[in-house]
Amino acid sequence: MTTAPALDAAPSVRTTTMAQALNAALRDAMKADPTVHVMGEDVGQLGGVFRITDGLTAEFGPDRCLDTPLAEAGILGTAVGMAMYGLRPVVEMQFDAFAYPALEQLFSHVAKMRNRTAGKLPLPITIRIPYGGGIGGVEHHSDASEAYYTHTPGLHVVTPATVADAYGLLRASIASDDPVVFLEPKRLYWGKDTWDSAAGVEPIGRAALRRTGRSAVLISYGPSLPVCLEAAEAAKAEGWDLAVLDLRSLVPFDEETVCEVVRSVGRAVVVHEASGFGGAGAEIAARITEKCFHHLAAPVLRVTGFDIPYPPPMLEHHHLPGVDRILDAVARLQWED
Amino acid sequence: MTVLDHRHLAAVPGWLPGATGHRSDPAPLLPDASPLRVLGTSALEKTDPELLRELYRRLVVGRRYNQQATTLTKQGRLAVYPASTGQEACQVAAAMALREQDWLFPSYRDTLAVVARGVDPLEALTLLRGSAHTGYDPRASRTAPLCTPLATQAPHAVGLAHAARLAGDPVVALTMLGDGGTSEGDFHEALNFAAVLNAPVVFLVQNNGYAISVPLTQQSAAPSLAHKAVGYGIPGRLVDGNDAPAVHAVLTEAVERARNGGGPTLVEALTYRVEAHTNADDATRYRDEDEVAAWREHDPIQLMERHLRPLGLIDDELVQQAADEAEALAARMRAEFHADAELDPMSLFAHVYAEPTPQLREQAAQLAAELAAEAEVHDR
Repeated sequence: MTTAPALDAAPSVRTTTMAQALNAALRDAMKADPTVHVMGEDVGQLGGVFRITDGLTAEFGPDRCLDTPLAEAGILGTAVGMAMYGLRPVVEMQFDAFAYPALEQLFSHVAKMRNRTAGKLPLPITIRIPYGGGIGGVEHHSDASEAYYTHTPGLHVVTPATVADAYGLLRASIASDDPVVFLEPKRLYWGKDTWDSAAGVEPIGRAALRRTGRSAVLISYGPSLPVCLEAAEAAKAEGWDLAVLDLRSLVPFDEETVCEVVRSVGRAVVVHEASGFGGAGAEIAARITEKCFHHLAAPVLRVTGFDIPYPPPMLEHHHLPGVDRILDAVARLQWED
Repeated sequence: MTVLDHRHLAAVPGWLPGATGHRSDPAPLLPDASPLRVLGTSALEKTDPELLRELYRRLVVGRRYNQQATTLTKQGRLAVYPASTGQEACQVAAAMALREQDWLFPSYRDTLAVVARGVDPLEALTLLRGSAHTGYDPRASRTAPLCTPLATQAPHAVGLAHAARLAGDPVVALTMLGDGGTSEGDFHEALNFAAVLNAPVVFLVQNNGYAISVPLTQQSAAPSLAHKAVGYGIPGRLVDGNDAPAVHAVLTEAVERARNGGGPTLVEALTYRVEAHTNADDATRYRDEDEVAAWREHDPIQLMERHLRPLGLIDDELVQQAADEAEALAARMRAEFHADAELDPMSLFAHVYAEPTPQLREQAAQLAAELAAEAEVHDR
């Protein structure tokens, strides 16, 4: 006869989905620090529409994991006041485009309170936003909204692409004394992997080289990272040896690692699913050109979604960058040789 | 046939959250038809004479502060000043209804309320001078920064009050806004959150008749702005905003009800901005002189004098003392703002993040180099 292990005795090395790793990060953060409060629409009884907050109200009570009225500006504005009184609110914005009513609170207050008060009122708020497409969502459920946040000084902008990073980066974000926009690639929620919750929490702001290569580097983050890895695998058939760099954090931007890799391979493609014009890829490409110009064998290319409102789900696969579009870009890098 | 409404649903287990609770306070929701007054009524006899004298003294000093600050804008010493001339009773009496541990969430016109919290009068002008965003330490004075975007500070007050209540601290948050601010979404979201969370927060709307140039009739069709409370399930109160003891009485009641678990209150104070919106505004374009003159007759300082002089509560000695204090403050303002502030350009990068990003370090180095080059040219 065997007995089920107690929940607390869960081994630190586990195989879970990204959604479960995020749930574990919230639970562990709430256990470790009584000032961590989770709040948002549907986060309590329901456990969130993606179940990221599953069981938190049962374990920590409805004050620590609070079902709020449905009003995003109200949710984030209330979190500001809570943070002013010493709490660490973790706010859930149910879907990317649902965060837009809260943008004034985010831009005018959350991002600026430290600056406005000369450091007297830092706001340690984590704003979790499930983002991006590829799940067949109808309009307002699939926006890749990172550029709005990266353009706003005072915010950190973080996005995991692996199950391990989902846990580690969320713990680091909650521990940060600055506000963090934590973008969760919703199409990766259900991907499983093995990770170690005891591996330690890395400070946000460091890119991770997911694959080494000598022909070119694909620079990406969040939902597009697995697509880049797939493309790198497929590229072997063409004789291209591609590196893949996962930014993990858009702000701070790990320019040092990016430039190191680009200088060593001389060719770079930036990949993201958000619209290209004014997107994060434009910034990254410009920085690489400014810092690594003499090491480049070809212009930095971008592979992005089109400059259109997010398309209806039956057409979204034409919009989202796939392996073929990435390989086409890599092919365009080769003319100098 | 059984008719279900939300009260029936409330009987369903789990329908209403137990942790945050709902209103148990029996205070009526609808405001009285006419604004509450104390001056000229029997309620005056029950008011603490020392409170009345203190209110008067602060009104006089506040009026002089408004005048001097407006003058400083004309001299280019302040970037902008939204005067609260005519509204001093709201400013002073509201802040005096708070206890030391309470928090104030002011809007951009509420400098006098900030001063009444104990913030140094010159530090309170830091934002309007243009040298930094807040001159005072919000935590030390329990006063949030003057808020420019309309009504966005109201949800902050709710969140702080909610957090304080969770901690078991007897702290109340007061947020002040204008009539225009009641049209903003954040105002309504804040009222709703406050009601649902039963947060110890008080909303004070200073209805001064105009949102810059737009009159109240084009701002709201409600019977009064205080009526807006009813839809959220909280009490609304209407008060003569130029009657300082009345404002103090209404706010003290609301603040103490909040402190005792009675939840939020929305107070509308009827007042008037006798000066323009700011020094950059031309109020003659949208309102006539008769209207302004009528309100000048209903001036908060004159009202105090008219009612308290005959009772001997205001005498020549107090009048002189208040006038001396006001002149001393005006002189200090002139002296302090006579010269340009010396500002450190490198402070631009000091408080963006706890730790500057690599990009900010690079930009800070760029500015440092520019400053060094400038200094070299200057030295030559």
